[in-house]
Amino acid sequence: MGIYLPIAEISVNVFVLLAMGAAVGFLSGMFGVGGGFLITPLLIFYNIPPAIAVATGANQVIASSFSGALSHFKRGTLDFKLGGVLLAGGIVGSTAGIYVFALLRRLGQLDLFISLLYVALLGTVGGLMLVESVNALRASRSGAAPVLKKSGQHNWIHRLPFKMRFRASKLFVSVIPVLGLGAAIGFLSSIMGVGGGFIMVPALIYLLKVPTNVVIGTSLFQIIFTSAYTTLVHATTNQTVDVILAFLLMAGGVAGAQYGAKAGQRLRGEQLRALLALLVLAVAIRLAIDLFVTPPNRYSLAGLT
Amino acid sequence: MGPLRAFAAAILSLAAAALPAAAQTPATESIQIGLSTDAISITAGFSGADLTIFGSLENPDPLVARQGRYDVIVVLEGPARPVVVRRKDRVLGVWINLESETFENVPVSYSVATTRPLQDITEPNSYKQLSLGASNLYMQPAEPSDSPMTIEEFTSALRERKAATGLYSENVGGVQFLSQNLFRATVRLAPNIPVGTHKARAFLFKSGMFVKESSAQLEIRKSGFEQSIFRVAHDYSFLYGVFAVSLAMLTGWLGRIVFRKD
Repeated sequence: MGIYLPIAEISVNVFVLLAMGAAVGFLSGMFGVGGGFLITPLLIFYNIPPAIAVATGANQVIASSFSGALSHFKRGTLDFKLGGVLLAGGIVGSTAGIYVFALLRRLGQLDLFISLLYVALLGTVGGLMLVESVNALRASRSGAAPVLKKSGQHNWIHRLPFKMRFRASKLFVSVIPVLGLGAAIGFLSSIMGVGGGFIMVPALIYLLKVPTNVVIGTSLFQIIFTSAYTTLVHATTNQTVDVILAFLLMAGGVAGAQYGAKAGQRLRGEQLRALLALLVLAVAIRLAIDLFVTPPNRYSLAGLT
Repeated sequence: MGPLRAFAAAILSLAAAALPAAAQTPATESIQIGLSTDAISITAGFSGADLTIFGSLENPDPLVARQGRYDVIVVLEGPARPVVVRRKDRVLGVWINLESETFENVPVSYSVATTRPLQDITEPNSYKQLSLGASNLYMQPAEPSDSPMTIEEFTSALRERKAATGLYSENVGGVQFLSQNLFRATVRLAPNIPVGTHKARAFLFKSGMFVKESSAQLEIRKSGFEQSIFRVAHDYSFLYGVFAVSLAMLTGWLGRIVFRKD
């Protein structure tokens, strides 16, 4: 069944989009990630203009993180104060990102920049995850106990000034890295249409030493508001949010996520991470190939924006 | 969704025919086209269509008409807008948009219908003077100081891209005489035809000489649910954003209730 997307201005198949949403939702439920970093490239592969894929991806992320954050809120595994400070940074980063987005669009370099960012980020994250999970798999096979870093250890981040106490996270840390992290995520959110959970979660655990149980809830909390802000600003400045597209993806996504979460409980952590790493790398490679392959037409037309 | 049913009806200039033929000097020919409507609406799923325009010749010379030496070219020209043409070049193996050229006032669409191939109707020079035909449209570069070679290259790329997307089209044989006076022109509307004020123009040639021109305006609008969304997204963009965010939150919340597995 075909449907015309009013903002993207192309006709697409409803079932393809629902399936895309469901597949990404399934994976995001399984791995506990937002899925924005998969949705945006998939939309680009499906010929949705990158500018619209990004803004709509941000919109879609709200739905999945909202539904995730609700359950963490009920369990009480959410640090509002930490989330609030991250969010303050996120608003600043997102605003900067939107400005850069509009500038690149005017220069005709937006598509390239989005692809490059995705290739670099997904390549790095996927590669690191793959190495880490393969090592963990090997270690568990040889029977050796996994070496854990002491979480109480302090690093340079804990020597920075402007310390603030986050009671729910049992943390006393400078606000500078928290704001900085929030800003970086906000920037990526507006340029890549991702929630940023796949960077936020490791950063909170390894850099800020936030206890693992509040990390996901807090990250989701921050992501809801950053992507809501990003969606709002994209809608007002660039008019690139396609609600029809976003809704189809969300509808498939929320359904898939619940099943994915259940499936995820049956797989082991290292295997799960290795699978996710392979998936992330595959998307990065596919995007990279498009950068190097000779385009069918070297010339393109654009209106003045 | 269905085929476009916009027909431009004939304005049969019976009045002209009824004029006293007693006028001493041979009356000069002229051309008229008429559109039955001044606006047509297309739905979002529009997949392109043919638009039929009827027209008439006034005071045709029966001899010339019999010999088939009258030629008509009908053009449907879309609104003019600035366009940036970009060229990708390879930098370190990666294809990057490097050079670009901006043109002002480029007709977004340009559909031509003719009685015969353009080169058989008249001289290239008269096309140039009339600025008639996609290849004779003058594309005004925003920076005329750029080298003529570059401008030429990007101009032809612009025409080529427009033709490839169906926005610039040529329908040879698209104008047919139904009688000595009456003709029917079929111009193609591309699926991605832009909204706005389009101008239909008809040019009459007699034995390769330009005689007369006539024009009419046609408003193309998009209608339907999708178009309403588009308009809201542009006119009330903040409210639209708020709606998009609320919809996402509602979907997330409902999805949790409906599909909850824990």
